[in-house]
Amino acid sequence: MPQMNMVEAIRDALKLEMLRDERVVLLGQDVGHLGGVFRVTDGLQQFFGPKRVFDTPLAEAVICGSALGLAFSGLVPVAEIQFLGFTHQAFHQICHQIARTRFRSRGSHPAQVTIRAPFGGGVKTPELHSDAIEAQFVQAPGIKIALPSNPYDAKGLLLQAIRDPDPVLFLEPLRGYRLVTGEVPEGDYTIPFGKLRVVREGTDVTLIAWSVAVGLCERAAEKLAEKGISAHVIDLRTIVPLDVEGLVAAVEKTGRAVVVQEAPRSASFGSEVIATIQEECFYSLEAPVKRVSPPDTPYPLHGLEDHYVPTVDMILKVVVESLNA
Amino acid sequence: MAKHTPQFMPNTKQIEPLRILDENGKLLRGETPPMSDDLAIYAVKTMMMGRGFDEKSFSLQRQGRLGTFAPVIGQEASTLGPALALDPKRDWIAPQYRELPALLHMGLPFESIALYRLGRQAGACIPEGVHVLPHQISLAAQIPHAVGLGWGLKLQGKDGVSMAFFGDGASSEGDFHESCNLAGVMKAPVIFLLQDNGWAISTPRAIQTATTDFAARALGYGFPGFAVDGNDLFALYAATTEAVARARAGEGPTLIESRTFRMWAHTTADDPTRYVDPKVLEQWKKKDPIERVQKYLAAKGKWNDAMTAQFKEEVAAKVEKAYEYGFNYPPSKVEEIFENVFATITPQLERQRARHIALRS
Repeated sequence: MPQMNMVEAIRDALKLEMLRDERVVLLGQDVGHLGGVFRVTDGLQQFFGPKRVFDTPLAEAVICGSALGLAFSGLVPVAEIQFLGFTHQAFHQICHQIARTRFRSRGSHPAQVTIRAPFGGGVKTPELHSDAIEAQFVQAPGIKIALPSNPYDAKGLLLQAIRDPDPVLFLEPLRGYRLVTGEVPEGDYTIPFGKLRVVREGTDVTLIAWSVAVGLCERAAEKLAEKGISAHVIDLRTIVPLDVEGLVAAVEKTGRAVVVQEAPRSASFGSEVIATIQEECFYSLEAPVKRVSPPDTPYPLHGLEDHYVPTVDMILKVVVESLNA
Repeated sequence: MAKHTPQFMPNTKQIEPLRILDENGKLLRGETPPMSDDLAIYAVKTMMMGRGFDEKSFSLQRQGRLGTFAPVIGQEASTLGPALALDPKRDWIAPQYRELPALLHMGLPFESIALYRLGRQAGACIPEGVHVLPHQISLAAQIPHAVGLGWGLKLQGKDGVSMAFFGDGASSEGDFHESCNLAGVMKAPVIFLLQDNGWAISTPRAIQTATTDFAARALGYGFPGFAVDGNDLFALYAATTEAVARARAGEGPTLIESRTFRMWAHTTADDPTRYVDPKVLEQWKKKDPIERVQKYLAAKGKWNDAMTAQFKEEVAAKVEKAYEYGFNYPPSKVEEIFENVFATITPQLERQRARHIALRS
């Protein structure tokens, strides 16, 4: 099986789906000739031609809004927003228009639209590029949200996203783009939404994460194992829909849970995970559910970011708190 | 004195709009009618349907039987004239919420409109084959959709055109700018139909823009613009027909500024007596867009007062029937909340449905 990084796996999925379905078109800033600022779409305009891959003006709202119009016309658009932080310029189109159109039209005008955007910290971007705002979209019912943590999942989840009859926000980890590599099958496969992945079996504490934080949890689990602590690590893969049953089973297994995320604490998706655990499996808990996340402060300039993002060390400390509770 | 003169200076005087029919229904000197008498009769009837629907809806709303809605009265020609230039089978309209006659022309049934005004979700469902996007409440949000739709048709080798309706107020939104810009770049077959009806709720045109002519904005996006008398059905139809032909020929978008006037309130929740000068309202009453075409046809012996009275009755009966359908529509059920959120309900939402229904029964 070929080894790929995240960028290559995502590009592989895009190419495969564009070959399979001629309705699929790509649009966004710099996605054509340049191949995207991270080269995710590198070579695709050259391969498929300028009527399948479009460089657009610098305008997030109309990139997303026109993607919805393209879908109404019968095409299957995959839009790229250069950084998730910039989606606020398109927030209305994503949350009120794209997410809601199936509901408000009683199914007459669905939105088979995929919006891709990288996010998360640790790569020294300028301001407003790294913010992990995934939870803000969870409050817009109707759009699914996938956050792959590795190349295998990235390909399978993206193929599922583009084929899904509902709109999908596909969030790619900036820090994992080239850093995380793994085996990726050559052909076609999809990963269903709403089914979490057990990354590592364990019995003492459950670590819950999505996207780049899954890697942190894996490294933490290795260190914990050296100390004789067995961590059960799960990757949610999609936060909409959330695999409630899988989550509950994973927490019941150990009775202790720690959520690790890149987003600020309050009203984050971690908060929703904890609320769900509390409602669904309170009596299986041996300790308060904990979270490792940045505080409720803005994402800083990159000179400060190492002091802001979650670390393996923080996870280890919080796990010890949980075990001692 | 300034040393350099900017190459681009704003107009100091408003451009004269395109006019074909004067206020008394007479063709202006040198003009020929752009449509057949049959089409003009159809237009009068469709405009009367729009007005009749609003009049009935207004009385129901005042009885507390209807929610808030945005009447089209005064803007019947401004909405229908451009729509008549479209082919309902291959072209599309992306409406705001005040384009009733245009939507009737595209084939949206009275029943859908009645249901929507009664607050029923099913009223927002566009029937199969009707080339109209769902009503848009967020101002200007439909304009990007119209651009994507027109652009997508072109990419698929279809010769359809999309038309976005929006107002002077909505043209201040960022979505308007982003949409015009993208449409210009992609040469998308889109008609931007800007209805300047004088008011964005209570905000007058002068606070919406410093420009004398909304249509002049088209130049900034690299495509042409038309300023048209928004109460002149013939002028609107003629200008839009030309714009549609350009779009179909692959020549890209056109911005059409329709200068009209909102004769009624913004919505049934609004009180325009607080801000509209009654003298101005009186002046616009004399420019009634429906009477103008009726007079034109009457002079040719094709329309008379008896026909007006008779058709008014026909419209009233049709509207009555549509609302009867709406009032008798099966009552809403709690399950509907969970329908069409996704193509297939997710297990997560299924759990919520079970819980929600249990707590409410």
